[in-house]
Amino acid sequence: MAVILQQTLNGLQLGSVYALIALGYTMVYGILRLINFAHGDIFMIACYIGFFASGAFLARHLPTWAVFASTLLTSMVLTALLAMLIERSAYKPLRYAPRVSAVITALGVGLFLEHFTLATLGPAPRAIPPLLPAANYNMGGLTISSLQLMIIVISIILMLLLDTVVQKTMTGMAMRAISFDKTVVPLMGVPVDRIISLTFAIGSAVAAAGGILYSQAYPIINPYMGVRIGWWAFIAAVVGGIGNIRGAMLGGYILGFVEVFTPTILPSSTYRDFVAFTILLAVLIVRPTGILGRVAAQKV
Amino acid sequence: MRSVLSAVGVFLLVGLLFSTCGAANVIVIGVNAELTGSIPVVGQSCKNAAEMAADEVNKAGGLEVAGVKYQIRLIVEDNEDKPESAAAVAQKLISQNQVLALIGANASRNAIPAAQIAESAKVPMISPWSTNVKTTQGKRYVFRACFIDDFQGVVCAKFARENLKATKAAVLYDIASEYNKGIAEVFKRSFEQYGGKIVAFETYTTGDQDFSSQLTRIKQTDPEVLFLPNYYSEVPLQIQQARRLGYTGKVLGSDSWGFPDILKLGGADIEGHFFSTHYAPDIATPVAQKFIKAYEERFKEKPDDVAALTYDSFGMLFQAIKAAGKLDREAVRDALSKITLYDGVTGKMKFEGTGDPVKSAVFIQIKGGKFTYYDSVAP
Repeated sequence: MAVILQQTLNGLQLGSVYALIALGYTMVYGILRLINFAHGDIFMIACYIGFFASGAFLARHLPTWAVFASTLLTSMVLTALLAMLIERSAYKPLRYAPRVSAVITALGVGLFLEHFTLATLGPAPRAIPPLLPAANYNMGGLTISSLQLMIIVISIILMLLLDTVVQKTMTGMAMRAISFDKTVVPLMGVPVDRIISLTFAIGSAVAAAGGILYSQAYPIINPYMGVRIGWWAFIAAVVGGIGNIRGAMLGGYILGFVEVFTPTILPSSTYRDFVAFTILLAVLIVRPTGILGRVAAQKV
Repeated sequence: MRSVLSAVGVFLLVGLLFSTCGAANVIVIGVNAELTGSIPVVGQSCKNAAEMAADEVNKAGGLEVAGVKYQIRLIVEDNEDKPESAAAVAQKLISQNQVLALIGANASRNAIPAAQIAESAKVPMISPWSTNVKTTQGKRYVFRACFIDDFQGVVCAKFARENLKATKAAVLYDIASEYNKGIAEVFKRSFEQYGGKIVAFETYTTGDQDFSSQLTRIKQTDPEVLFLPNYYSEVPLQIQQARRLGYTGKVLGSDSWGFPDILKLGGADIEGHFFSTHYAPDIATPVAQKFIKAYEERFKEKPDDVAALTYDSFGMLFQAIKAAGKLDREAVRDALSKITLYDGVTGKMKFEGTGDPVKSAVFIQIKGGKFTYYDSVAP
């Protein structure tokens, strides 16, 4: 029993991070019908920004919680700016090009970010300093770490906040409107370009938050760290229903549980990707738009 | 036409000059090193130690073989850390430079093809650093200065059982990497032979960062020692996550831990843990101290295991040439295979019919943020 509870906690921690990253995929897809394959690498850049920011703030001898908060904010803001820059320079010129051109460009941007980091900062992995309290609490065979709790709680707060922004504010309404119909919405006076930029910024800022939390739990970063996590978050977004924000959150947690429970139930961790992709295929066969995706009639 | 002729003439003359030089009491030894490519540090250390070993002999007047003193001439070639290049370098050194023996290549992926060339040309070769079984397997002319991968599994099991007094051990290893998998399986077998029990045998795949699921299962079986034969960039994550899940026991690793970066990445979490390796920079034997001091003076850095093993490769080769009493490849091979005691930087070693030395492994404890010599263990 304790094992199952412990694994549930592990799954929640991992799922929270996947959910935060999956949100970026789903938001961009919702608004542009573009799968932003550079998203995993934007997550990696956010971790590197966090690495340098935390170093700079620690040098000023601030209290640790202040260092954590300012690192989180710095990384979110800078990552959002970077994403807006990428959108303006790489995706906007292709707005009316065939969709496959934009997807290939996204892959290219991802490779660019990886190898730019590799060339400038080198391949050696780096250690992120611990910024969150890491105390262990024991409860009848169950070990709860404060770090694990903080990651889960901060992620859920961020997701609730994002959900409110999208459902309740004018900007959120504009985003949803653009994802509904990109040709009519500008006629209603909605500044489409600005909303698209903003979507990239918000999606990437959330991924940056995910990155900072992730690098507290797994404090070693390298230029290729975004690749696998990016893929898993992408599967999470598709399983949940790409384009649907709540679907991305659900998908993130499903994938987190798959990763944690596969080695518990099956004989080896190597079955993990097999299980994840089987779920992906099963979902795509039964509900091609994902678990929470809305069934859209294809316009001919 | 004339210029071509004169060029040929000059070429012949230079060739003549060199060959006459070569005839005057010189032993030519080829070094096949990874000077460029993905592991240039390995090639550089190998070259440094090779030059040091040769210069020491030359300064002392040369190597005395059957009453005649010979100077050592090194030919260092870059194999670019590519298997095909390593084979080509071995071929060039043998047929063009007529070397008496070859030192290198170092990484197993390069040493295996180079070994095939040396074997078919019947030239003695010593690889300082290649730990893969295949390098020497079934070969008469190929030797190495280090132990093989399986051996670490055996000594780690013995160390866990006898030095750490553990009866229950757990293993977490990368199933996608031959090195990790080999050591983990041998460890399991040996630990059980030594009377211990493997309570958990968990796997992951290269590049993973979350091990919480496997470590939760390991924690549940309550092991006294956790064996992590994994690379230095992953080990700190594994130990940190084990700690967070409440594991408080000892952790043991293999020579893949032995890079200074692990200290930076692991910090306080890796403090107090152990790993097996080829040699310790603070080992107290006089041979090692003399080597380390001379190396530091000359190259302004601490010698790593490649440097130490290269130095030992040369030491064994010189001992074998002296014992052979003549500059003959076959005689040198026979003398190498009959070394009953060589007291090297990386410990005492001997050969017993194969190209793999019988030697002990060194255990290092991470103490005060430094690699500290703990014990030597023979199987």
